[in-house]
Amino acid sequence: MNVLDFVNAFFSDSAHWHGYDGIPQRLLEHVQYTLMALGLAAAIGLPVGLLTGHTGRGGNAVAFVATAARALPSFGLLVLIAVVVGIGLLPVMIPLVVLAIPPILVTTYEAVRSVDPSPVDAARGMGMRESSILFRVELPVALPLVLSGLRSAAIQVVSTATIAAYVSLGGIGRYIIDGLYQRDYEKVVGGATLVALLALVTLAVFWAAERLAVSPGVRRR
Amino acid sequence: MNGFFDIPSDLGNTYFGLIGLHLREALLPVLAGLLLALPVAQLCVRFRWLYPPVLGVTTVFYAVPSLAVFVVLIDYTGQTELTVMIPLALYSLVVLVPAIVDGVRSVPEETLAASTAMGFGPVRRYLQVQLPIAVPAILAGLRVAVSASISLVSVGALIGNQGALGNLLADAQKYGRPELAVNSVLTTAVLAVACDAALVLARNLLTPWMPRGRRQRPKEAAVRQERPGPKKAAAR
Repeated sequence: MNVLDFVNAFFSDSAHWHGYDGIPQRLLEHVQYTLMALGLAAAIGLPVGLLTGHTGRGGNAVAFVATAARALPSFGLLVLIAVVVGIGLLPVMIPLVVLAIPPILVTTYEAVRSVDPSPVDAARGMGMRESSILFRVELPVALPLVLSGLRSAAIQVVSTATIAAYVSLGGIGRYIIDGLYQRDYEKVVGGATLVALLALVTLAVFWAAERLAVSPGVRRR
Repeated sequence: MNGFFDIPSDLGNTYFGLIGLHLREALLPVLAGLLLALPVAQLCVRFRWLYPPVLGVTTVFYAVPSLAVFVVLIDYTGQTELTVMIPLALYSLVVLVPAIVDGVRSVPEETLAASTAMGFGPVRRYLQVQLPIAVPAILAGLRVAVSASISLVSVGALIGNQGALGNLLADAQKYGRPELAVNSVLTTAVLAVACDAALVLARNLLTPWMPRGRRQRPKEAAVRQERPGPKKAAAR
């Protein structure tokens, strides 16, 4: 049997579509973990990135935090926190948030930093307050890059949220971890396919968000 | 902490042996990825239409969780290091191809024209002009790829003792010794930071013409960012 046969077998088995271990339920859990982790990471990374990017200060600190966060192994953190505090949502959320912060933080910083200085100076000369300069001049121009940072964070979180199953939570990872222990490759391949599909949907969502949110004047460049 | 460096004998390795194994399992794939990414990126620069589909395909690869790839590969490569290294090489492509493409594309048109006027052929121009100017962008990509690779090797512990330092995590659970998990996470993180520092050093050695020192950096960064910035946003 090759991989495609596994995929076909997994998705045509109607038992996989209903109930507690059904695909809709697992997808929903996976999306919940992803959104929660991404939301937390954005709540930390975006303001810090915008502020450091606007003032130009703390660039080295941003780079250092990002490197340090990238250096922490997600899977290791998961097991470590699970061993120390026990099983639950916390050991899943911490590694995922740590994973998602560097791309959001670094791209936001770089994006605001690389905005053409002349419109910023013009806005300042017109008497705009610093906060309006940030939100009405710099952010709109930086938005495509900011979104691309959020997007790569989202893809990584979608893929890594599978580790939640390792500490007995749900999500698509259940199929992969259970399949691994049951030597049931159909489940593993099916789970991997679901994650890849979810990543494609994520790409599509960000593409649509870029269409909607980025002003046409910025997009054309 | 007691027994911090007391490695259980079932791993059949010393602490430093595990570090060596971890580095080999993490760095060889990135090297393979780089060797593969250079020609792929060159093709993407030459034929512009190729870049979006290549990015799409590699992104989908990237999204497949490493654990799933390991499990599927076991059928073909068994429970060996190779099983861990193949997905890591694929992942590093995702970071390296755009880094090289952006780097090579950011070479100013005038520079290319000047080198052509000096009689450089396409191959020599690529090796002696485009690639060196792209070094900062390529090294930035390598830094991300190396950190990610070092952190992902640990997952190999789930397919039977192929996780190098990650195997300490499994033992931490098996023997109820949390200090082994702390050791694993800390050592992995320190390895990643050390490799990152080595890459920064390599970049500084490879680009002696770049301005150094804190005062010049923001200005230089702003000027360099101006070109690839919006283009990068549009390409993605």
